[in-house]
Amino acid sequence: MSNTNPSSQSPALQAEGPIKRFFRATEIDERLLGMIAALLLIWAAFDIASGIMRGNFGGLLGGSFLTPRNLWTLLVQTSSIAIMSTGMVLLIVMRQLDLSIGSMLSLVAVAGAVLQVFELVPIFGVGHPMIWPIAVLFMLLVGMAVGALNGWLTAYLKIPAFIVTLGGLLAYSGLAFYLAKGETVAPMDKTYEIFGGGIPISWLGPFWSWTIALVVCAALIFAIVNGRRQRQRFNFPMRPVWAEVFLAVLGSAVVLGVTNVMNSYPWPFKLIENYAKANSVAIPAGVENKDGSAICTAGDQVVRCTEGLVYYTGYSVPVLIALFVGLAMTFLATRTQFGRYVYATGGNPEAAELAGVNTKWLTVKVFALMGLLVGISSIVSSARLNAATNALGGLNELYVIAATVIGGTSLAGGVGTIYGAMLGALLMQSIISGMSLLNLPAAFQNIVVGVVLVLAVWLDQLYSRRVK
Amino acid sequence: MAKATLKKSTTKKASSKKAKVTETHETPLAVTDRQPFTPAKSRGTPLIEMKDISIAFGGIKAVDHASLDLYPGEVVGLLGHNGAGKSTLIKVLSGAYKRDAGQIFVEGKEVTIGNPRDAKAQGIETIYQTLALADNVDAAANLYLGRELKTSFGTLDDVAMEAECRKVMHRLNPNFRRFKEPVSKLSGGQRQSVAIARAIHFNARILIMDEPTAALGPQETAQVGELIKQLKAEGIGIFLISHDLHDVFDLADRLCVMKNGKVVGTASTKDVNHDEVLGMIIAGKCPKGAIPGPGAMREAA
Repeated sequence: MSNTNPSSQSPALQAEGPIKRFFRATEIDERLLGMIAALLLIWAAFDIASGIMRGNFGGLLGGSFLTPRNLWTLLVQTSSIAIMSTGMVLLIVMRQLDLSIGSMLSLVAVAGAVLQVFELVPIFGVGHPMIWPIAVLFMLLVGMAVGALNGWLTAYLKIPAFIVTLGGLLAYSGLAFYLAKGETVAPMDKTYEIFGGGIPISWLGPFWSWTIALVVCAALIFAIVNGRRQRQRFNFPMRPVWAEVFLAVLGSAVVLGVTNVMNSYPWPFKLIENYAKANSVAIPAGVENKDGSAICTAGDQVVRCTEGLVYYTGYSVPVLIALFVGLAMTFLATRTQFGRYVYATGGNPEAAELAGVNTKWLTVKVFALMGLLVGISSIVSSARLNAATNALGGLNELYVIAATVIGGTSLAGGVGTIYGAMLGALLMQSIISGMSLLNLPAAFQNIVVGVVLVLAVWLDQLYSRRVK
Repeated sequence: MAKATLKKSTTKKASSKKAKVTETHETPLAVTDRQPFTPAKSRGTPLIEMKDISIAFGGIKAVDHASLDLYPGEVVGLLGHNGAGKSTLIKVLSGAYKRDAGQIFVEGKEVTIGNPRDAKAQGIETIYQTLALADNVDAAANLYLGRELKTSFGTLDDVAMEAECRKVMHRLNPNFRRFKEPVSKLSGGQRQSVAIARAIHFNARILIMDEPTAALGPQETAQVGELIKQLKAEGIGIFLISHDLHDVFDLADRLCVMKNGKVVGTASTKDVNHDEVLGMIIAGKCPKGAIPGPGAMREAA
């Protein structure tokens, strides 16, 4: 009953060095910092390596990795895995696992595509505005239902989640193959394609990107001020003012910096040309060549006619979806009773049950949430590909679990963060796309990802042992 | 709800109460916000009455027609060797197990207790031997686990929960300061005080303590003893499960011994001595001072 632990007393606080004091004051997670450092290191290494192997393409360190174009593509590629990893965090925190999400993604995508292409288009006609909402709703519901089935089998029939979802991995992929008859189902509705981020209307452009960035910065500062006011009201110990200011400045700088990078990636020339033609924007005057198409000159050089006409992409829709999902899931995990129960159940299932938590129903809900997120990811993936195949989600379950674990979620349950998993997904995708940028054989990608996964868990364990 | 019924039984003797309170309630800090309580002379309706409770796991009758009651402001010690069924019987009351047969009455009214939520709704709180804390979350989250405070938006009101937690922990353990850390990082005594805080913070009428001192040092054990006396003075009925005969004789008004899932006997701690109780536990022999139960050894002569 009495407090006998000397480490919680104030003399210990004063004895710590300035670095430790800095972390305590700002409450920055050291693991998070480690992961960001690893990410930056990987980025720098790829940029330098690509500079040596392929020459300078305007990268920050003389390569082609740290260019707006590559970073923009990297974020779009990460979205699908990042979205699913937020759900996997809650599952693994609750000591469950879902191996079926890759197959589930294929199944949902194929089911949605079959509905669109073979059912809705004949009814409504190509390009009808009702097609995409029906397809999206249907896919989200199918994802949720399949997830709930996994959860029900696990919670109420007490079959281990590993087995249930291993069965699901086989069954759902078989079902996807059957629905698609082994074929690629395409093309998707034009509006639906916006979710994939592959076409110009799915890019927000600088104006809206900056607007969103400023709104986010304002929200961040409001949250910090509000949090401080709350703690003031109850007379709790508070962070020092310099730490609060530091966090606000750092957060805003990150948001604005990322937005700036997104806003510096111009559309590909061909798309600018197409867009200019379609919307009769005047292409800067130039010389006609033999074929009669325009060639423009700038000084002595012959350049593309669109050199003087540039559009920047800004954030693309899938990235925004992923960021929004991340935000919503963080809110769910940390600010709601649902999230509290998930973490408490992961920490001690028996204690949660005795405290009155209906852990079985909770399990079903978390699996259903995972399914819903798989539904979102399958919309993003199939829209990006403009098609659905039964192999669309191949190996995704393993990438998602790897991203979650690299992001600091413990397989023992109870510990894990949403932002960690999303960063994990980004880190993994960085490795994959960096290696293809270096023209390394595809076989190496999985080898390196596997090694990184094992290494990350080992480092994490070293760290936690040292902290203890 | 709990408060109202307690007050009803105490206000009858409002005039004589005050004098007595100052005698019995010496500690300046009350553990809960409740009115001090004076036990009624006539026993009246029991707070809890369990009748013919049975529960079997597979073919094994873990509890076999056990009956037990508890009055306000009374401490009943529950004794027996390992596997005697005392923890199982108590888990039936706390809602962790569903009984196969039998009835539970709270203040004379039959209640259905099918899960821990039902038990808590009746004001039955339990401090488990394992403490049943979620190790990965902080003290406030554990204190309010299952009955979180919410803001008007329906989100968790962490600040309010932390504020309440600071208050209640300050009464129990004034040195406690580690509100931001997961309870896995706390010492055994600190964890124990979180578990106790959770049980007494929500106006418990009936408190079940399963081996509350098993993991504690002598000083902390003494503090738990003090706490039990305070809670008793506030009119809470307590079931105390313990292996330690000294604890039971020190703290309990009555004791009940179980063996092989059956009640051997119930006795006032004044009417029996250590050896007789040991005889009940080991041999199932019911002494003269005790009321024999179905599990008592039948003596030939």
